[in-house]
Amino acid sequence: MRRSTREILIKQVFLAAAVTSLAVLALIMVFLFMEGLPTFSFVSVKDFLLGLDWYPTDEARPDYGILPLIAASGAVTLLSSLLAIPLGVMTAFYLAEIASPRVRAVVKPVVEMLASLPSVVIGFFGMVVMAPFLQNFLGIPVGLNLFNAALMLAFMSVPTIASVSEDAIYAVPRELKEASFALGATHLETLVRVTFPAALSGIGTAVILGMSRAIGETMVVLMVAGGAAVIPDSLWSPVRPMPASIAAEMAEAPFRGHHYHALFATAVVLFLVTLSFNVLADYISHKHRQTGSASL
Amino acid sequence: MNADATLTLPIPPRQSLSHTTGRDRRRNASQWLAFMLLRGAILVVAAALAVIIGFLLVNGLSSISWSFLTEAPRNNMTEGGIWPCIVGTVLLSLGAMAVALPLGVASAIYLHEYALPGRLMRVIRLGVNNLAGVPSVVFGLFGLGLFVTAMDLGVSLLSGWLTLGVLCLPVIIGTTEEALRSVPSTYREASLALGGTKWQTIWRVVLPSALPGILTGSILGISRAAGETAAIMFTAAVFYTPKMPKSVFSDVMALPYHIYVLATAGTEIEKTRPIQYGTALVLIALVLGMNLFAIFLRAWLQRRGER
Repeated sequence: MRRSTREILIKQVFLAAAVTSLAVLALIMVFLFMEGLPTFSFVSVKDFLLGLDWYPTDEARPDYGILPLIAASGAVTLLSSLLAIPLGVMTAFYLAEIASPRVRAVVKPVVEMLASLPSVVIGFFGMVVMAPFLQNFLGIPVGLNLFNAALMLAFMSVPTIASVSEDAIYAVPRELKEASFALGATHLETLVRVTFPAALSGIGTAVILGMSRAIGETMVVLMVAGGAAVIPDSLWSPVRPMPASIAAEMAEAPFRGHHYHALFATAVVLFLVTLSFNVLADYISHKHRQTGSASL
Repeated sequence: MNADATLTLPIPPRQSLSHTTGRDRRRNASQWLAFMLLRGAILVVAAALAVIIGFLLVNGLSSISWSFLTEAPRNNMTEGGIWPCIVGTVLLSLGAMAVALPLGVASAIYLHEYALPGRLMRVIRLGVNNLAGVPSVVFGLFGLGLFVTAMDLGVSLLSGWLTLGVLCLPVIIGTTEEALRSVPSTYREASLALGGTKWQTIWRVVLPSALPGILTGSILGISRAAGETAAIMFTAAVFYTPKMPKSVFSDVMALPYHIYVLATAGTEIEKTRPIQYGTALVLIALVLGMNLFAIFLRAWLQRRGER
């Protein structure tokens, strides 16, 4: 074989490998839709998305309304972001702007290790430590609830938010900060008025990715959220977010029965939400990419 | 990621040189306060990690014994050890890496060495980023639909490998690309100048110098796969099996799923607490051990790169 033909062939092989990710993503969509769409032969899209009752195993008259599950996912994710965003962004600023290289060498691995803790372990911690603690400390009836789940999820999204924000802060051109210092601003003033606005789009990306991680996280909400399929009315209500419902019920749902299809349809909703979060994050990071010192 | 490439900024002195006014003092005080707040945030993060690890150590250490690690569960999983789970988790994560590593490294080589900036590259990157964001339970359903049902592989090691393999793909692609970026372009130019083809350059020059970085990535991938639960619960892991895996079509027990099952689904949740703690401790020892190794490996590589 001639050298040049071989080179072209090799390039095609690598291209094929690179396209695998796209192909897998497409296949995920195909299979979710294939198994999920039959749901709408026995329940309308409106009743599915806005129905208030999720009783898929009721013998006489099963209900397939996932609004309580969507509301639970939304509530858990929002609450966990309220906790995780300040913590994650502050961690990023500390690591990028204040920590000495020596401190950084210790703190950075700590954040990375927090990211690598298996979700089942965090869920287990929430169950056996945080739940009894909340119950005794606050005198609430159930420790497995919305707040507990959000707290555990927050610690899972902090590392994502911190590391993506940190990259964004590093990308702020040195000249901008130097100009601020030269005008007599303190380090804090520079940080708040120059670095933060310049890194804002990157931090926004970080926040969206963190939220996307929280909404899709399964084991924590499965073990800690409490499991009641009702629209939450307080911080202490037990809830049943979408991933928890899918993971808990799939094993018992009869193969290709109504319940099975309804769970796949729930996964379609979940997938579309995380997909749009990720596309949005990608859009923001490309649109507002820091390309030089003049783009503030 | 590119932390050490940034230059440290000269920080202006806290006091102005000539005279200090009340306003300057206020500015310095608020700066001190704000930076203490940032330090506080770090402490919260570190404390969270320390509390979780410490709690598992305190409660789990007494469960760990030679027989706990090497025996099978007995008596409805209320006694005995976790050996089948350890075997299952090791097999699952190594197999997942066998799937993800060749594909991931090849993708990264294409993205970093061949692809020109343009629409195709943008779409592929978007695909990789989105794959990284797919919830693990969705990977589980995908594995159930494609590998277990459509390809008729059943609940098996093979289904688990394929599902976990695609789940780890973005991790491998990301870390490999980073490793390729760290290979100086002068290496490539030298090889090309000697008449090497693109492929010869990649195979003989770029890949050998990127190898330790790729190794770091594969360790991170293995640890990600080892801790994964939702993706294997419909595809590879079972509640309990008395048999050790015999072929790629056997179902297995796995550490994360074992924790979940004992902590939520058993009738004797309280009685099996020591086993739950012990299993969780073994799992995080495995996962954090691999991560620490990868972190040290990377730090060593960076030092070597600077010299």
